[in-house]
Amino acid sequence: MEVTTKSMPYEAFKDNEYIESLVKEIQESGTNVIVGSFDKLINWGRSNSLWPLTFATSCCGIEFVSLGAARFDMARFGWEVARASPRQADFMMVAGTIVYRMIPVFRRLYDQLAEPKYVIACGSCAISGGPFRKSYHVAKGIEDIVPVDVFVPGCPPRPEAMIYGIMQLSRKVKVEKFFGGVNRQERRQEFLESHPVEPDAAD
Amino acid sequence: MANIQEKIAFLFPQAAFTVDGNDILQVSVDEKDWHALAESLKNDADLAMDYLVTIAGMDWVDALGCVYYFMSTRHNTMCSVRVQAADRDNPYIHSVADLWRVAELYEREVYDFFGIVFIDNPDMRRLFLSIDWKGFPLRKDYDDSPAINPPSTDNERQTDYTNVYHLEDGKVVKTEREIFHKDDFVINIGPQHPATHGVLRFRTAVDGETIKKIDVYMGYIHRGVEKLCESLQYQQTLHFMDRLDYFSGQIYHHGLCLVYEKAAGIEVSRRAQVIRVMMDELSRIASHCLFIGTYCMDLGATTMLFYTLRVREQILDIFEKTCGARMTFNYACIGGVMQDLAPDFAQDVKALLEVLPANIKEYNKIFTGNVIAKGRMEGVGKLSREDAISYAITGPSGRASDWACDMRKLRPYSIYSELDFEEVTRTEGDSMARFKVRMDEMVQSAKILAQLVDNIPDGEYLVKVPKVLKLPKGQWFQLVEGCRGAFGVYLESDGTTKPYRLKIAPPCLPLAGVVDHITQGSKIADLITIGGSLDYIVPDMDR
Repeated sequence: MEVTTKSMPYEAFKDNEYIESLVKEIQESGTNVIVGSFDKLINWGRSNSLWPLTFATSCCGIEFVSLGAARFDMARFGWEVARASPRQADFMMVAGTIVYRMIPVFRRLYDQLAEPKYVIACGSCAISGGPFRKSYHVAKGIEDIVPVDVFVPGCPPRPEAMIYGIMQLSRKVKVEKFFGGVNRQERRQEFLESHPVEPDAAD
Repeated sequence: MANIQEKIAFLFPQAAFTVDGNDILQVSVDEKDWHALAESLKNDADLAMDYLVTIAGMDWVDALGCVYYFMSTRHNTMCSVRVQAADRDNPYIHSVADLWRVAELYEREVYDFFGIVFIDNPDMRRLFLSIDWKGFPLRKDYDDSPAINPPSTDNERQTDYTNVYHLEDGKVVKTEREIFHKDDFVINIGPQHPATHGVLRFRTAVDGETIKKIDVYMGYIHRGVEKLCESLQYQQTLHFMDRLDYFSGQIYHHGLCLVYEKAAGIEVSRRAQVIRVMMDELSRIASHCLFIGTYCMDLGATTMLFYTLRVREQILDIFEKTCGARMTFNYACIGGVMQDLAPDFAQDVKALLEVLPANIKEYNKIFTGNVIAKGRMEGVGKLSREDAISYAITGPSGRASDWACDMRKLRPYSIYSELDFEEVTRTEGDSMARFKVRMDEMVQSAKILAQLVDNIPDGEYLVKVPKVLKLPKGQWFQLVEGCRGAFGVYLESDGTTKPYRLKIAPPCLPLAGVVDHITQGSKIADLITIGGSLDYIVPDMDR
């Protein structure tokens, strides 16, 4: 099955093996025709209107601003509705370094996002701590704090790379199984159970 | 300089004098004389050191202490003072927050990093790290193992009290003080808020819609750059400069290179100097463009962002052709610049200079004269000249308050003394003035570029520098004019290949410190206008 998005040719994506293995894994137990059709409809809608949360801590955030401006224009793809409130956003582009003081705030924002929610780790700081990895106050990647769907490397990534990253997310959303079956939501539940927060933090 | 030395020696015969690598007088005094010396520095008409540039905390292993850098706006002279705290286990120094308002924030920073208590500072809390943080990270014997200070997803402990330390019979006594009044209504703005321009948090006490007090809470992007630099070789420390104030990356690089080159005695070729200055001015235009765009967006004029980013993208293209990156260039390096200019650099700059005046005219037409913009900006957030100096508000924000604080004019570096450009100042001191100063500065930057674009001399762009640079023992201090104000670098070298202490004095930290003062009595909607007009970059203040 060729999973693509925004009329991009399938060959333009570099890591099709991953998405194919994901599709295979999801469809292992077969799909009901009616439920599968509903899934397709829902995923079509979701993958074409991903709303980002305006969340930027440093340099990558400025490239995200460039992404919103006329030259790179993410409005072409339906991602321009950047929301300031996590309650209204679909995914979180973690653009910038996450430091120790920011971790509880960041986790809280993630918990406040409404389901279904996705995370893109944007730039080397969010992926691994980047140039500040050896610092006493910098988190070594956000993977220990929240589950991550897509990694976009770069310091900062070019706006084109961000577009590519969000398209990859859009592809992942497209193959998701909403009704039944093993899917990423269950795996995320496991992650959240192994990374608990204080009960009052998530309210 | 001789006059300053004579004057201080007359008042304080026990003071010792040396000179740092940039010919700035260094005065060493005992802690017990320090506050009296500070008073004379500030109030004596011959000294009149009314601008406190920075306080660099120091760990000299056998003692802790501070290095203060002062500048006189009246005489345009500088001097520095070195003060040692007597007892390493229980270090204290008298505060000078009563003389220079910005010292309150600077001293908090030193306390956070070194654990030096400042006697009579009204707000002696940690600045960047949480109140439960163990140890003081910039001390040489700090243990940075994550087991001691583990990362946690649990909420940080908050307190409504701050500490004040007094000296009673030679003993340091701690008292608690409330930050807000008991019946204050405090709302929280940030750290995740689109109008705080980054992860900055304001705890705002309001009376209805009127702001009574703001407690600025930072450290949400404190990355410990200064400590990281101490473990890296000189060449390796440069790339952090791109990631502090990411709009002034070229300028910060330039500043740090100047320090290292001065210390190592490296002469940079004329060609490299011209390239550096051109890159500085290009990034100044790009930075001001983005400021105008985002500021107007904060005020509700979303369209402006698209107009200003058009010019910014054009400049980023010029950068990209030569430096290979859009934002983190890592271009200026010790001995010159990384690589030669792209072949069509001059042509691209000329094309930019051609479209820029029309663009600025368009910005003015769309926004500056707009009645809503005028209503929101004029008379909002007034800052007087005295306060601007006392709070160390440099850059366009300081110049909007009629303080001629352009380091390119006051302490010319590189080839700026040969260039013909005007220092833009305004007298109103409100948000509109801060906006207009930036508009006019773009014109001046374009003027500099126009002078240089046809006169880029031939020659080498990079002189030969040892792969591993070893600097002699000593101290150096350099100020350059960043996009947001005076950027200072203080380097103390112990003769090895790594800096013993590299203090970065960012322009944005004082900008955050003035928010409380400047917004008092304003409406809460004005906080967005004022904060936007100050144009602080949070990673720059937090480092």
